[in-house]
Amino acid sequence: MTMFDKIKLRKETPSRTIKVALLGNPNSGKSTLFNALTGLNQQTGNYPGVTVEKHTGEATILKPGTQEYIQVNFVDLPGTYSIYPKTLDEEICYKVLCDESNEDHPDLAIIVADATNLRRSLYLATQIIDLGMPCIFVLNMVDFARIRGVEINVEALSQMLGVPVVATVARKKVGIDRLREVLTHEITPPKKSFLNVRNFMDSSLLDSVKKMFPNKNDYSIFHIINNEAGIEHFEVLPTQKIEIKRLIKSFAYNKHKVQSDTTIERYKQINEIVKHTVAINEEEKRKSLSARIDAVLTHKIWGYLIFLVILFVIFQSIFFIATYPMNAIEFLFVKISEFGRAVLPKGEVAALLINGILAGLSGVVVFVPQIALLFAFIAILEDTGYMARVSFLMDRLMRPLGLNGRSVIPLMSGMACAVPAIMGTRAIPNWKERLITIMVTPLMSCSARLPVYTLLISLVIPSTHNYGYFNLQGLVLMGLYLLGFISAMAAAFVLKLLIRVKEKSYFIMEMPLYHIPRPSIILLTIYQKAKIFLMDAGKVIIAISVILWAMASHGPPSKFEHINTAYHSADSARKYTPAQIDTRIASEKLKASYAGAAGKWIEPAIRPLGFDWKIGIALITSFAAREVFVGTMATLYSADGEDNTLSIRQKMAAAVNQETGKKQYTVAVGISLMLFYAFAMQCMSTLAVVYRETKSIKWPIIQFLYMGALAWLASFVVYQLAK
Amino acid sequence: MPQDILSLDKLKPGDRGIIVSFNEGEHSLKFMEMGCTPGEVVLFDSVAPLGDPIAIIVSGYKLTLRRSEASLINVQKTSE
Repeated sequence: MTMFDKIKLRKETPSRTIKVALLGNPNSGKSTLFNALTGLNQQTGNYPGVTVEKHTGEATILKPGTQEYIQVNFVDLPGTYSIYPKTLDEEICYKVLCDESNEDHPDLAIIVADATNLRRSLYLATQIIDLGMPCIFVLNMVDFARIRGVEINVEALSQMLGVPVVATVARKKVGIDRLREVLTHEITPPKKSFLNVRNFMDSSLLDSVKKMFPNKNDYSIFHIINNEAGIEHFEVLPTQKIEIKRLIKSFAYNKHKVQSDTTIERYKQINEIVKHTVAINEEEKRKSLSARIDAVLTHKIWGYLIFLVILFVIFQSIFFIATYPMNAIEFLFVKISEFGRAVLPKGEVAALLINGILAGLSGVVVFVPQIALLFAFIAILEDTGYMARVSFLMDRLMRPLGLNGRSVIPLMSGMACAVPAIMGTRAIPNWKERLITIMVTPLMSCSARLPVYTLLISLVIPSTHNYGYFNLQGLVLMGLYLLGFISAMAAAFVLKLLIRVKEKSYFIMEMPLYHIPRPSIILLTIYQKAKIFLMDAGKVIIAISVILWAMASHGPPSKFEHINTAYHSADSARKYTPAQIDTRIASEKLKASYAGAAGKWIEPAIRPLGFDWKIGIALITSFAAREVFVGTMATLYSADGEDNTLSIRQKMAAAVNQETGKKQYTVAVGISLMLFYAFAMQCMSTLAVVYRETKSIKWPIIQFLYMGALAWLASFVVYQLAK
Repeated sequence: MPQDILSLDKLKPGDRGIIVSFNEGEHSLKFMEMGCTPGEVVLFDSVAPLGDPIAIIVSGYKLTLRRSEASLINVQKTSE
């Protein structure tokens, strides 16, 4: 259809208007289908009295073979698993479907089903069919189902459900035209019903209530009774309420028993439907091959060895291979900012663009190679079916710590970078175990800590071979990595005892047949993850970088003026080269900036750890990323040494504590600082991702506080003992 | 309860049983979603190297679940 046709089409006067509601499980592709059907003709509002978003949209459809146009008004209902109104979303769906006076009450329901999870979709679908609501069953994502060897017989399914069935791939707009056509057909109620509620409750109770609502069917009456035993029903008059409650009592109606009995009955019927309509293309050959692969991959020795090798390869890749594209990205951003500095007029705008926004953007994009690599591996492990075996092998080991077998891969990748690792916890189906994995992964020693450790170790730890062949510096570094691992495990154990989650936790999952991984699925996963990271976490990261930049480059105007005039005097021009003047101004300005003021402000809190305000500034700027510590130190100490040829390490080594007159960076301070970096949550990117993944501000705050407390305590104890 | 009815975790690899009932409401929904409905035949497939979780085969699918979950499913052991 060309643009011209579309415009022309809109002008046609529809002969009739129908209201259609879209229903389905969460993640069934319902909203994608809604977008495909309505295009840009959408509005977003709220349901009356609640803060749940309501999406509505329209389409005009030409009835095939006629000149008749039909206007369809769609409402995209919240995703639900059932219409028992237990949650707010379910309550909205239930009200819209059952209350004929509701403004959104549809003439027809489109039930969107995920073809890869047909059973769960059928549970909701058969409930809606039992209400007597005319509907169309949309079997979405049939391409993914086919890839998994699941073939669904659309004709047979339509026969068994008694409603039209349309197979679609909403993502690729496949089957949408067919669905549009079915929407123009005459609307008829479903030809079948599944649950005879009279088998589960007293018929006379049902009949007594039915007298009050003569035009409702048995199943709708059952819901009225069921809800009156629990939540308040909306369309029942107060006098009727009292009467229904009396009847419930006198018939001793047990809501929970009836609900559980009907659920079992419904699933029995669903299993029958699945048996008759779904063919799994699993030849015996593949089954026996899978069994033979399992004999090796879940073997008590080989299974673990192979898993270790796989972990090693993943870890090596995100640690080392990713550094090449990361360096390239950093190089590119350096070039862009150099170009910007050359082209843009000097001033606030240029500084904001280059040092604030561009720096923030580079801090976001630089993670993409690691995310892409980790998710390439995770997608391969998922797609081959190996991930379920990892759970099978590792679950018993991880469970005492409140973790899942699948936590192993995120935890290990946390040693490269916590950002992709936390995004990788999606593979953990159990919410509590996933949350604990998210909360402890940043304790694993990530690659951003390495430059900090290297600098501090070379500063305070002698390079001797005290313990035979072992280099003491190497031992300390290894110790820090071990500390990260042990503290993550310990924190997991404590969190397991503390965290209470409302959702029931499950482990049960399918162990699919082994599969050759499909490049299309792997590329799609990488694309989606990178997009989520760039779009969602990226916003927060850039915002915080701009704030940090503003703090570090701005300060009380009078002080900044003073620095400028001092170094532009003839006296300093004689003493220093222009380059030296620039570095000295930068250093003085950082000290005078708001970040510097904040460093001085927090000094009392960090003095017991052996830190001065200079370290305080570095702790604050490290929040952008831990390795910023090194750069901040370089800027801060650049003005102190007369000789600019000294390395940052040498300058720090020469630094003198003004109070004691001794060396500032003693062994005690160095170790205290290393411990602080080992424990503290100094990474805004990680916090942004935790916020994205937990969809709550609560967890990143808790994480920031508990890791901060741990860091402070560890540094305090060590410094006070060692000084 | 007749003697040959026991919880699923009590079976041994190679044993078969028919699902009879569930010991808990909320989990049962999840089990049924995965295809474990009363009346279905379960084959106890294998045990993980560390003794837990276990793997079962129900209506053509291989599932893995923890012993604690398996103990919520009651089965009638069948001779074959």
